[in-house]
Amino acid sequence: MSCQCHGSTGEENEKFKVIDRIIEAHKGQEGALIPVLHQAQEVIGYLPEDVQAYIAEKLGIPLSEVYGVVSFYTLFSTEPKGKHVISVCLGTACYVKGSGNILAEFEKTLGVKVGGTTKDGMFTLEACRCLGACGLAPVLTVDGDVHGRLVTKDVAEIINKYKTGN
Amino acid sequence: MEMINLTIDGQKVQVPEGTTVLEAARKAGIDIPTLCYLKDINKIGACRVCLVEIEKTRGLQPSCTYPVSEGMHVKTNTPLIREARKAVVELILSNHPMECLTCNRNRNCELQALSKQLGITDIRFQGENTTFPMDFSSAAVERIPDKCILCRRCVAVCGKAQGIGILGATERGFKSIVAPAFHRPLAEVNCVLCGQCINVCPVGALREKSHVQKVWDAIANPDKVVFVQTAPAVRAALGEEFGLPIGTIVTKKMVAAIRRLGIDKVFDTDFTADLTIMEEGSELVQRIKNGGKLPLITSCSPGWVKYCEHHAPEFLENMSTAKSPQQMFGALVKTYGAEKYGIDPARIFSVSVMPCTAKKFEAERPEMKASGFTDVDAVLTTRELASMIKEAGIDFAALPDEEYDDPMGMSTGAGLIFGVTGGVMEAALRTVYELVTGEHLEKIDFVAVRGLKGVKEATIELPPVGTVRVAVAHGLGNAKKLLDKVKAGEQYHFIEIMACPGGCINGGGQPIVSSAERMRLQEDYRAMRAKAIYQEDKGMIMRKSHENPAIIKIYEEFLLKPLGEKSHHLLHTHYQPRVKYRALANQEECKE
Repeated sequence: MSCQCHGSTGEENEKFKVIDRIIEAHKGQEGALIPVLHQAQEVIGYLPEDVQAYIAEKLGIPLSEVYGVVSFYTLFSTEPKGKHVISVCLGTACYVKGSGNILAEFEKTLGVKVGGTTKDGMFTLEACRCLGACGLAPVLTVDGDVHGRLVTKDVAEIINKYKTGN
Repeated sequence: MEMINLTIDGQKVQVPEGTTVLEAARKAGIDIPTLCYLKDINKIGACRVCLVEIEKTRGLQPSCTYPVSEGMHVKTNTPLIREARKAVVELILSNHPMECLTCNRNRNCELQALSKQLGITDIRFQGENTTFPMDFSSAAVERIPDKCILCRRCVAVCGKAQGIGILGATERGFKSIVAPAFHRPLAEVNCVLCGQCINVCPVGALREKSHVQKVWDAIANPDKVVFVQTAPAVRAALGEEFGLPIGTIVTKKMVAAIRRLGIDKVFDTDFTADLTIMEEGSELVQRIKNGGKLPLITSCSPGWVKYCEHHAPEFLENMSTAKSPQQMFGALVKTYGAEKYGIDPARIFSVSVMPCTAKKFEAERPEMKASGFTDVDAVLTTRELASMIKEAGIDFAALPDEEYDDPMGMSTGAGLIFGVTGGVMEAALRTVYELVTGEHLEKIDFVAVRGLKGVKEATIELPPVGTVRVAVAHGLGNAKKLLDKVKAGEQYHFIEIMACPGGCINGGGQPIVSSAERMRLQEDYRAMRAKAIYQEDKGMIMRKSHENPAIIKIYEEFLLKPLGEKSHHLLHTHYQPRVKYRALANQEECKE
């Protein structure tokens, strides 16, 4: 008899098969948790509760430990992300140079709070810790690309650039 | 082992290699203050209270993790150290709700004691206090995270000793808090409610769900008759709450104190412990003879039962169907007891005093209504009973010795040793041997199953059945190791598992032994409590369950025979698998 249970669609099963392959590649390695989480997030886009529980079971560690790591690092997300991820640096140098205002401008223009994703699923707005590019302060990244020496009027321009794909 | 010589505050000290500076200082009679450290459980240097100066090192070092080395010079009491320790504690206090007066750990709090010890008289740092929702969801364990000081002792005991890991450090910075994954309420996760986290918490961030008011209300209600049962391990620890040394047995004063609270009858859970032996022992013999599921595993420890349901459901068929002594007592007090005393069972309010928090959950299981009523109406921990005795203004030490009420207060040494790891096994062997062989058992002390070794094994010749192999595990981390052995093909007939390390004498409802006291004691406090129980057993006239006249009588006039129809209805039950992680519940259904 085929599986009749709710919630476990073919897509769901596919997701767990992917995690199985990732874990298989790290089997028996000490400290496998972080690389496994990294790769799982790369493939699935984020780390929801069932994915974390599945990883905990497969690695034989408590879910609280997995969640502890995921909630510690800002890099990991438990929510689906937008098509583009904007990370505004709030490290000391950037903050002194006004990155707080840049972040506020993004919040106003996108209509989301930090950590949120726009309704159209286009942008996720994040704050991050020092990127190590203090010479370019205030700095931010969009999908990993660095934008530096920003002023508030650059915000609209950046949003427009990624929206239109130019 | 190589010995290391060092100097602490000008004193020469010699300790074995691998000793920490903290332990070496204790040997020199110097108590370095600690907070996150807990002997044998947590040694992570997180709180920085135990800082010391070590010559030729930069800054101050945490003594709880710093190993000694030859010729080392340590200072533990300088202006710099005193200032640093004070600042550390002041910073913790700056984010702590100052609710000492209404906190259930008032005068039993390590942070409070430390603050006094370090001479902190005002709070220099006023800051924003972080707040988190409280968790009262479970039947037994409550979380008040605002009081949490992030020492991680609970994380260590839950993850390492118990091997479960419900509690973990989550988030970071000011948002950081010890909580279950995804901040789920305890009632919705795979927590077994053993309460070991409560016993190691230095502050009031974890506590049992109190049934004290329920019991006071029943006592005050003229329509209710209040019957109490007291578990074996309670008498071996209650005295500590009244300043008596660890390992003092206070059975008769405890009975007197409970009567003075206004309780109508005081009975002994040891009586139904004896009854458990009759039922479970018979079940073992039957399973061996009829080729039933082996090994048979004891089901007295509700923390272990819930663990099995969540984490090892493949062993549920091995679980004895005999209820725990608490629940047998509950089912009988409102049937047999009601008949004996000519009382309408609807009027009986049945209270148990337990060394355990998980017993609160067990009493609330929907299947525990065999008498036609809730079998056990309220469960008090040893700590809660002590608080009621104090509230009533009873001078415990001055109480006269009093006896339990008959007939459900009559018990044997076998029932008593249920309170310590290996005790159920030993009690069962004393009875099963005589029942099966028909011979008198001369040497009734089964020392191989005693003591604090994680997993204990023994072999007993039991003609005509043959050689019987038994094993005992205490602490769920050890239980897992034993179950893994069984899965790997190791053959046993009978296994005893208790959820708490050391057994019920170290249950989650027992008096809290502070970090400083654990440090000062020459011996493990669990061994001291166990020793008291074994001494009491040795002094008893009756030491085998089947020789208890009250047990013989209840079979003659009420139950008729072990595993009989009435026993089946009142004294046996079944358990069901529970999910480990709810987020994977659908997946697990898929596999079936």
